[in-house]
Amino acid sequence: MMIPFGHALAFAAALFILGLTCVLARRQIIMILIGVEIMLNAASLVFIAASAYWQQADGQVFVILLMAITAAEVAVALAMVVYLWRRKKTMIADQFNGMRG
Amino acid sequence: MASLLFYILGFIMLTATLLCITRRNPVHAVIYLVVGFFALALMFYLLGAPLVAAWEVIVYAGAIMVLFLFIIMMLGLAPQELPEGPNWHRWGPLVLLSSSLMACTLLLIFQDPAATEIIGTYYLAPQELGEALFGRYALAVEVVSFQLLFASIGAYMLGRSLPKEDDES
Repeated sequence: MMIPFGHALAFAAALFILGLTCVLARRQIIMILIGVEIMLNAASLVFIAASAYWQQADGQVFVILLMAITAAEVAVALAMVVYLWRRKKTMIADQFNGMRG
Repeated sequence: MASLLFYILGFIMLTATLLCITRRNPVHAVIYLVVGFFALALMFYLLGAPLVAAWEVIVYAGAIMVLFLFIIMMLGLAPQELPEGPNWHRWGPLVLLSSSLMACTLLLIFQDPAATEIIGTYYLAPQELGEALFGRYALAVEVVSFQLLFASIGAYMLGRSLPKEDDES
């Protein structure tokens, strides 16, 4: 591997910003969650590149913990998607604009 | 050779992600994202993380994305639920803001002297990774296992059937 550290970071930054654009632009709840996944993967790419740059195992350990945390997050978020669907029969985030006390 | 492969894989990853975030149909988006995750897993492999690359394929592309597909297909999103594609009224300013943010980030990254230093050859054997994970970071593994437990309880609570409307005041 003969690539500069900055190029790996640039790929990760591009991936993160694509995910951020997805979260901000899309109005469908599933697509917003996909954007969050993309951003988490950009964070893992930074961890792996840093792990290779400093020749330490710690970055890879954090990526594995991050995967477990993402799995937990996705389980709760998709359960919430199913809940919202049963509530209003829609997937568009703008429709969930009412409070009920 | 490996470094050329890294750039090709990065290009595939970014293209697949760009296609993913502009699809109307969430099923197509998830499939493109799986392609992107495969490319990302190979990038992890090239950066010396074979075990993490395997788990990226198994956990992300295999489990999490299939969970997304399962939910999309279980809810059976009708075509009228998909009213949006890239619509330039809303995407125009956003693309402008994102690209300026990207430019600032790249400027900051390449300003740092460490950015031009070469990543050396690195290979972390799965055994060493396991020793670090269950040795130094054993407490973190316990905390994450608690979190998985709480998440499954939370998913169960959210997944119960809704109370009847007339039961509530």
